[in-house]
Amino acid sequence: MSPEALILTVLFIPLLTVMAIFVVKSIPDLREAATLMGAISLFGAVIWLVAGLGNGPVELVLGQAAPGLVFAFKLEPLGALFALVASGLWIINSFYSIGYMRGNRERNQTRFYICFALALFGAMGVAMAGNLFTLFVFYEVLTLSTYPLVAHKGDANAQRGAQIYLMTLLGTSIGLFLVAVVWTSSLGGSLDFVPGGLLAGKIGPVEASILLLLFAFGIGKAALMPFHFWLPNAMVAPTPVSALLHAVAVVKAGVFAILKVAIYIFGADLLSTTPATDWVLGVACFTIIVSSLIALTKDNLKARLAYSTIGQLAYVTAGAMLANEAGFLGGSMQIAAHAMGKITLFMCAGAIYVATGLTNISDMRGLGKRMPWVFGAFFVASLSIIGVPPLAGGWPKFQLLLGAFEGGHGYVAWVLLFSSLLNIAYLLPIPILGLMPPKGTPDPAPYKRPEGAPRFVVMAPVVTAAGTLVLFFLMGQIADFLAPAMGGI
Amino acid sequence: MLETIVSALPDLMVANAAPLLVVVPLILAGICVFTPNGRTAWGLTILGSVSSFLCALILLLQVGTYGVVSYHLGGFAPPLGIEFRVDGLNVLFLLLVTGMGVLAAVFSWPTVAAEIRVEKHRLFYAAHLICFTGLAGVAITGDAFNLFVFLEISSISTYVLVALGGTRDRRALPAAFNYLIMGTIGATFFVIGVGFLYAATGTLNMVDMAERLAVIDAGNRAVVAGFAFIMVGLGVKAAIWPLHQWLPNAYAYAPSFVTMFLSATATKVAIYAVVRFGFTVFAPEYTFETLNITYVFGPLAMIAMLVCSFQAVFQTDMRRMLAYSSVAQVGYMLLGIAIGTSAGLSAGLFHLVNHGLMKGALFMAVAGVVLTYQGTRISDFAGLGRAAPLTMTAFAIAGLSLIGMPLTAGFQSKWYLLQAMLDGGWGLAAVVVVASSFLAVIYMGRVLQAVFFQAPVNPRKIRREAPALLLIPLWGLTLATLYIGVQADWVIDLVQAAAQASFVPGGGIR
Repeated sequence: MSPEALILTVLFIPLLTVMAIFVVKSIPDLREAATLMGAISLFGAVIWLVAGLGNGPVELVLGQAAPGLVFAFKLEPLGALFALVASGLWIINSFYSIGYMRGNRERNQTRFYICFALALFGAMGVAMAGNLFTLFVFYEVLTLSTYPLVAHKGDANAQRGAQIYLMTLLGTSIGLFLVAVVWTSSLGGSLDFVPGGLLAGKIGPVEASILLLLFAFGIGKAALMPFHFWLPNAMVAPTPVSALLHAVAVVKAGVFAILKVAIYIFGADLLSTTPATDWVLGVACFTIIVSSLIALTKDNLKARLAYSTIGQLAYVTAGAMLANEAGFLGGSMQIAAHAMGKITLFMCAGAIYVATGLTNISDMRGLGKRMPWVFGAFFVASLSIIGVPPLAGGWPKFQLLLGAFEGGHGYVAWVLLFSSLLNIAYLLPIPILGLMPPKGTPDPAPYKRPEGAPRFVVMAPVVTAAGTLVLFFLMGQIADFLAPAMGGI
Repeated sequence: MLETIVSALPDLMVANAAPLLVVVPLILAGICVFTPNGRTAWGLTILGSVSSFLCALILLLQVGTYGVVSYHLGGFAPPLGIEFRVDGLNVLFLLLVTGMGVLAAVFSWPTVAAEIRVEKHRLFYAAHLICFTGLAGVAITGDAFNLFVFLEISSISTYVLVALGGTRDRRALPAAFNYLIMGTIGATFFVIGVGFLYAATGTLNMVDMAERLAVIDAGNRAVVAGFAFIMVGLGVKAAIWPLHQWLPNAYAYAPSFVTMFLSATATKVAIYAVVRFGFTVFAPEYTFETLNITYVFGPLAMIAMLVCSFQAVFQTDMRRMLAYSSVAQVGYMLLGIAIGTSAGLSAGLFHLVNHGLMKGALFMAVAGVVLTYQGTRISDFAGLGRAAPLTMTAFAIAGLSLIGMPLTAGFQSKWYLLQAMLDGGWGLAAVVVVASSFLAVIYMGRVLQAVFFQAPVNPRKIRREAPALLLIPLWGLTLATLYIGVQADWVIDLVQAAAQASFVPGGGIR
């Protein structure tokens, strides 16, 4: 198949999956099989597409919506990485979803799987977008398709959370992001992603500053403070949604967009001469520290993980704002490394919930003895998030440190160091107290299901925890793969 | 494709498309009164609308070839005789009015049958055809006084149509009366303005008037007064803030069909007249440089976009909410016009076309709910997504277009509007566009959440899909919204041609 056809295939597989799910909706086993087939074939198609990337960039212009607004797709290394991560983890997450949704006897499962596939459609579109317009369109597809997933439970709490989710993401994207995009097209004459920066040499520092602030805060999915509060609110969603979408696809689409804007719209040169770059870097550092501090205070496991995600996402934004090769590379690696680690943590949280119904960390002491695999996976993934080698999370932090020194932002190094300490403080006690409770701790609540967590629900996090180890050794290759994209500097 | 359609039509029709567009529905309106029953009248209405739509297609082709199509009524040559004159600008409006007329006519039967008393069906359709004739006439005529006549024809029949909502809800009667008073004042203002211009120029033909106005001293008081009277009078008809007070009640209590048809066409035609006078009768230099209309229209448009969107958030009745949203959307169009550039005008006209499509779809879906569920409060819509998925999905798509979601028509025109604002250095206006869109997210979001995620308030009421006659035009409009969302080249060609024609004195060459 030609690369152009493969791009279309990657976009169509999730849509076909939606149709297949709809057709066989009355037979749950077939319906889930459709999701799995979709996930596996999507990953296969993405690998096929990425493997052919060595022969040069792949471009596909679908046509124009209106003069100047072109639907174009272009696969470059950064997008390839995002597409690989999202589609690969979709497979594992689908197994997990099946176990979780059945184990919890959730309602409206057809809607759940359909919206999930649609969200992947959005994520693939974001990953392969060839210009800012296409990226914006799929960014909104992702917002709208995940709204029903957040509102899934349908009770007042879920509706409130979903409303905040939608309002924040739509509000920032229409209010700030869209203005930034239109203004970019007005200033830059097009919306294409240009190596070295579309706007380089075309605008002055004042315009560049305003534009950068519009982008940084308008891309609300990157959860930069003060537009971070949608993420904790989105935790009312079922855990598979939190795991794949709010640790991988949705939030990573946000920071991915920020990286794309930094690398291809501004370019390192313009970025490093723009005053607002330092401000956004400061906001990102602030977000890293403050969200970690808030995470410390949260006893609800998913809330703690959500705040942890906010902090870890800000690493990527910080990397983009360092405006040098090491910073960009660190940010890109963080997308993959954090995805693998955080999806594990969320799936563990879900496994605990399915088996026992527990959501608060203080109730989980000693639970590890009964669920050793789950707590073991949690432990490994925590270490990866903290940045301990030989786990994936070590690489991006190292690169970001390099980038910070290279760019002359010494304080960022201290922020990263302090953040790692905070990560230890809020993550590690959970598995350690779970596996080795202090003497005299009362036994945790019994299983609400006699057989414990379903097998899929336990296996999935174990696989991804192992993935963090594998990813560590693949990181060198990933860096080589990404280098051409960063080389436009 | 257009050529094939037109070549299949009879020569007589092709040669006389301009007068037939107006005359056929007018004659059929008279016949409607004598038909044996409402169903026959409905058939005649469809016939009349389709014939006008075909005439509009012919005119589109002819304007594409010749630039301007001029027809002298009765063979009397202008400037003394009345002229029907079609150029790039008004052919767009003829297409919109007649096209929406066809869809509205097809969809009308189930809702008219349910909401209007049987013995009035024939008269109702007669009134509707007269209203349709009037709107088409406003768009086609090249004579200022004749424009007034057609405006009054459409207005007076509209008062009747709104008042017929009294069968369902008595509040339609004061709403119609209110509209009658406001509308008559507006029409009077307009005709006074035309009188001033006649006094100053001695002609009523718009092309002739434009030529003579061009050589009159810019400080001439009669001309300035005429301009002011005309714009205020048309402002009432177009529901420009703060002259919009008649609109929310009229839309909320009129029969569903009337609301749908008016929202998609009536205010649009009045905006056409604003453009016609502001750009072609008066030269753009006069309107924008001598009289600085930008500083009148611009602020009014921005206030409308903010205030009326804000009011829409607090409405409890669906149709009132959509009515306030309509006034706010008129603000978008007016803002595009107010910039005074070709890019701004085409963005405004683009939004006008898109708004006609999506508001038409929204009101059609609401009509379906009135038909099956007998309610128009927003709380009545709770849980309808499950009971009537086809109706409500169309409603949701049109609603997303109103918000300005990508892949819908509303996004495209907002994009163009924003770009025109930013290119013209109107940062503040861009902020207002964005803020108003955000309010739209709130008021539409609230409704969509109720439709798809809330439990029905009264599950025992019968729940079913709207009839097919309603669903087909509804989905026609919805698909058009989506189509323009991904492929808008042809609409942009049309609106750009319209904007270009507006910058030619008199509108095209004779």
